[in-house]
Amino acid sequence: MPVSKYRQPLPQNCKISFPQFASYGIAMEHLIQKGLGMTYVMPPRMTRHTLELGARYAPDSVCAPFKLNLGCFLECIDEGADTLIQTGGTCRLGYYGELHEQILRDMGKDVRFVNFAECDFSHPKTFVDEFRELKPDLDLKRFSAAAVETVRMVNAIDEVDALFRRRIGFAEDPKAMEAIRTNWLRQLRLADGIKQIELLRKATVRLLESQKVNMPKHPIRVGVVGEFFTVMDPFSNHDIEYELAHMGVLVDRWMDMSNCMYHYRSRKMLPRIKEYAHYNMGATAMATIDAALHYAKSGFDGIIHVKSAGCTPEIDAIPALQNISADYHVPILYLSFDTQTSETGLNTRLEAFYDMISMRKQAHK
Amino acid sequence: MEKAYLGVDIGSISTKGVVLDADNHILASDYLWTEGDPIGATKRLARSLEKQLDSTRYQIVAAGTTGSARKLVGTMLGAVVVKNEITAHAIGTTTLYPDVRTIFEIGGQDSKIILIENGVVVDYAMNTLCAAGTGSFLSSQARRLGVAVEDFGEIALQSKNPAAIAARCTVFAESDLVHKAQIGYSKTDIIAGLCRAVVVNYLNNVGKGKKIVGPVVFQGGVSKNAGVRAAFEKETGLPVIVDPNGHLMGAFGVAILARRSDHEAPFNSDVADMEFVTRASNCGQCANNCERILVYRDGKLIDAWGNRCERGAIRIP
Repeated sequence: MPVSKYRQPLPQNCKISFPQFASYGIAMEHLIQKGLGMTYVMPPRMTRHTLELGARYAPDSVCAPFKLNLGCFLECIDEGADTLIQTGGTCRLGYYGELHEQILRDMGKDVRFVNFAECDFSHPKTFVDEFRELKPDLDLKRFSAAAVETVRMVNAIDEVDALFRRRIGFAEDPKAMEAIRTNWLRQLRLADGIKQIELLRKATVRLLESQKVNMPKHPIRVGVVGEFFTVMDPFSNHDIEYELAHMGVLVDRWMDMSNCMYHYRSRKMLPRIKEYAHYNMGATAMATIDAALHYAKSGFDGIIHVKSAGCTPEIDAIPALQNISADYHVPILYLSFDTQTSETGLNTRLEAFYDMISMRKQAHK
Repeated sequence: MEKAYLGVDIGSISTKGVVLDADNHILASDYLWTEGDPIGATKRLARSLEKQLDSTRYQIVAAGTTGSARKLVGTMLGAVVVKNEITAHAIGTTTLYPDVRTIFEIGGQDSKIILIENGVVVDYAMNTLCAAGTGSFLSSQARRLGVAVEDFGEIALQSKNPAAIAARCTVFAESDLVHKAQIGYSKTDIIAGLCRAVVVNYLNNVGKGKKIVGPVVFQGGVSKNAGVRAAFEKETGLPVIVDPNGHLMGAFGVAILARRSDHEAPFNSDVADMEFVTRASNCGQCANNCERILVYRDGKLIDAWGNRCERGAIRIP
């Protein structure tokens, strides 16, 4: 009887893949290729096919990111991946890996599965152990250097995206601005070493800033908050940031990988939000409340709360958001996403939200 | 010749149309069933409005559309404004009731609450995943009870002891209703209980976390149901206004928006005789396989949408 591949000793070169998530695939690719010297299979761009594939094999009531990740894994396997990575988290995300692995096994997919949910987030060493499972003769020096570069890449992606979000709605030539961003991500994929990443980042920031924008003195500002995956991933949220920008809105979003890595700390956030929540409700709920409160205090015209349907930590955050909305007289639009593909309902709500905040702003003048 | 403005609200269940003069007087109006055919319903509507309007005196100079088929019908009518129904309802209601603070709206498949301060919308909410507590739920229960839904309100008002019916979800409500009927509740009490269930469901879901302040205006098809209106007054402790034209408010609002837009595109009532065909076409250029909708007028492509990127764009000749 043939031994299953995932029980066999590791081959010299595995083909590793990790689910697509916003633009962070580039950073993951860098970590795997440079840090481990192994091949990374870049997941294909997420499409309705990914969603249909994931929804077909996932439990119906599970959150949408699980379905998308599963669809992604299946597409990556088709592209030749033999080793899949899943991460952990402090909500249902912590169970994703185990369930994904089980579903793939039941489907007869013979792949190796590495689950980072087993790592202890406060001990970086446990991460290294997990990577050792992928590559027993891990060169720690080389791996650490690549890890530092990966973090820098993530920061650079977030910085450019934040700038892009603030300006695209007012650009004289939005197509040119979009082209700069596309080109930036393409070149970043080829960048090697901190120096190159930094040069590229600076050049891109300069390019974006040199693009002409017609920013009114008091633009309509909307803060986007919500669940980790759905709020960051444009495919999952039907690219609401793009839709808002097209209406001429300045969009701000605190939630990104960099802020999650560096600034998501209970002891800093809890004192700030103590009037609305007394303890951390898990996953990104605390950040949602903190960011919403920040937008409310800074006089934003509106806040949009984005989550996948059934996301418990974000449901817990909603009463706190309702209190913030009442205390600061700032309207909040609540959006839940699952596998629906109709845009009409979403457009109705977004357009009405825009009409409301722009009419309010005019009335306050 | 005086100027007139057309507003059309094409909902999932019903299609509403009004023609206004420059002072917001209704010159013509109609309310008919969409029957899953927004194009056909719009043609019937155009014919009916044309009959009512004095064409020697008035010329429709601009049209606006709202409701879930607003885009399709907007293309068909050459509308100058295509607006979401929340804004349309708010504009319509604040024009007639400048002091209004809260709008309850329950339609065929959706329901919404709109909060207003000083004539400006300050907050709103709309039902999300579920159609519990909307018009279509009441219609299907009316059919089950063998009562015309139009008579629901009057029957409900006669009840002295409304049956308690679970309001959380239509599936629960339905099984509760069957149970109450089987243990011997009268139809009157069950119908009154249903009206109350719709209101409780609405206030717990759509109205959740919203501060309801009077004056309250209740509109949408379900506002014609006096039982639901009475239940709203009982649950909120506030008087609830129902305008005789409350069911037309979306169309009324979008006609006003068409007038305010300052764009004019004289409306041709010949649309009723033109042939409109829509065709769904999957793009197929990538795995996303966007569903595109192509609209033809008398065999000529006039509009297309649904593609998410440039690759799937269809050129309109």
